[in-house]
Amino acid sequence: MIISIASGKGGTGKTTVATNLALSLNGDVNLLDCDVEEPNAHLFIKPTMDKVEPVTTFIPVIDSEKCNLCRKCTDICRFSALAVAGKTVLVFPEMCHSCEGCIEVCPEGAISASTRELGVLESGHSGNLGFYLGRMRVGEAMSPPLIKKVRTKERERDITIIDAPPGTSCPVIAAMKGTDFVLMVTEPTPFGLHDLKLAVEAVKVLGIPSGLVINRADMGNSGVKDYAAEENIPVLMEIPFDRKIAEAYSRGIPIVEAFPDYADKFRALYAKIEKYSSVEKES
Amino acid sequence: MIRELVIVSGKGGTGKTSVTASFAALAENGVLCDADVDAADLHLLMAPVVRERNAFMGGSIAAIRQDDCVECGRCLELCKFNAISEDFVIDPLSCEGCGVCVDLCPETAIDFTVQQCGEWYKSDTRFGPMVHARLGIAEENSGKLVSLVRQETRKLAEAKGCGIILTDGPPGIGCPVIASIGGATALVIIVEPTVSGLHDMQRVAELAAHFKVPGLVCVNKYDLNSDMTREIEEYAAKRNMQLVGRIPFDPVFTEAMIQGKSVLEQAPESEAAIALLDTWRKIMSSPSMNTMGIKDFSAVIQ
Repeated sequence: MIISIASGKGGTGKTTVATNLALSLNGDVNLLDCDVEEPNAHLFIKPTMDKVEPVTTFIPVIDSEKCNLCRKCTDICRFSALAVAGKTVLVFPEMCHSCEGCIEVCPEGAISASTRELGVLESGHSGNLGFYLGRMRVGEAMSPPLIKKVRTKERERDITIIDAPPGTSCPVIAAMKGTDFVLMVTEPTPFGLHDLKLAVEAVKVLGIPSGLVINRADMGNSGVKDYAAEENIPVLMEIPFDRKIAEAYSRGIPIVEAFPDYADKFRALYAKIEKYSSVEKES
Repeated sequence: MIRELVIVSGKGGTGKTSVTASFAALAENGVLCDADVDAADLHLLMAPVVRERNAFMGGSIAAIRQDDCVECGRCLELCKFNAISEDFVIDPLSCEGCGVCVDLCPETAIDFTVQQCGEWYKSDTRFGPMVHARLGIAEENSGKLVSLVRQETRKLAEAKGCGIILTDGPPGIGCPVIASIGGATALVIIVEPTVSGLHDMQRVAELAAHFKVPGLVCVNKYDLNSDMTREIEEYAAKRNMQLVGRIPFDPVFTEAMIQGKSVLEQAPESEAAIALLDTWRKIMSSPSMNTMGIKDFSAVIQ
């Protein structure tokens, strides 16, 4: 079972739900922090980190001795990563999408492969819990290749929980695509509702069964619940606003540690996820 | 000279849009720009009347014409993004738009059509003009749309003689954020006093330094954890980032959102509104906003 946790709007509680769910489940669980721009799950899990490995992507290097300035590489590059300037071909590594088209078309064999660092993949554990996080290099623009690298760590164990980035564009798709269930976390405010609708559209594009957690459920209005009812999205859990929870969160203390009763609630959440993912599979 | 203030946070949900809306109520002769094209929310508070609607054409996506395809397998070999299935259908969600298969297909059996990836708008609001956009679901090119929206905002500001641009930025530190901050006069980083807020602010501060844009720091919900607020303020001081405000936790933020208003309109006498007013004044009188191009960058941010 691979569960991705998404939201559309940022700051609604994705990491809170991902970490508390992971901590509540007994047994083999892998938690993958795929919010590689701003990974936070480790601040709550406090795992022992075993390994840090750099994650790189292809960029071209031009051998100016061999290059005859035929411009075939600059023609095929759709991302303006290559440009002829005077008697040389300039490479703009940060623009490169690593399609390797330039190497393919160079008739002189003047292009070879080098790498650009996207960030790092960190691996660790906390008891039974396997923990992986991607941390994008500051200044790097492209997160999907790093997200995909973090996701190579899923399926090694029974349950994988993916903490996805906010939004609805390519990084979120990279984190949700091919998962068994999308758990959407929202808050019952106009911003929460608006961005939830976008997230629901993204989930529909991917055709993955989904359910909803409403965080700070008593702050706001009924818009989110009305919408969930209209769209037939099951509300699987509600977490009320509690200043004590917010204060514990601010110090990096998971809810299940500050309020152990919540572990049962998160286990019940998992049971519902299992139920809804199998119901939708059958239908 | 037009000044542009970009509101960012690193972490999502710290109050960027609510703060931007309150600044919009305070700014004189300003233009608004929503650069969070992925999950734009500023329009929910600004009720913009759309005057001009434009298509945003992003990159192209490859599609194999099944009638012309001889299944030679060359495209499968070339594609680095696993976007082509064994039966020669391209998954548009996986296609990166690099066009390598298009150019090198021996049968020229692959189409490459430019996609409309979203829309952008020029609008009027009760606080002045606004440029905003909506990126299509599951689309790429958010950075390109952000750059477009910012360029159009600047053009509009020039045409209307507006002195200040208020840009509501996206969360994170990736492509749309990089596109949001380049060339800005200053950033206001909205931080919440939590371990996540501090962690994410440090990354966005590093990004600001990387692109040489001065950062100002505003702590939202500061009273939620005063130790963490102190830590954030110490970090800001260490990086020479000016602290411009402390805003208390106040349910008035949610109430204003439900009414589609800024905090300044909803509850002008509230502590939060007073703190926002004070923050705005500090920003407008800060050295970062009052140099015609930073001369000594290290005095503003390290």
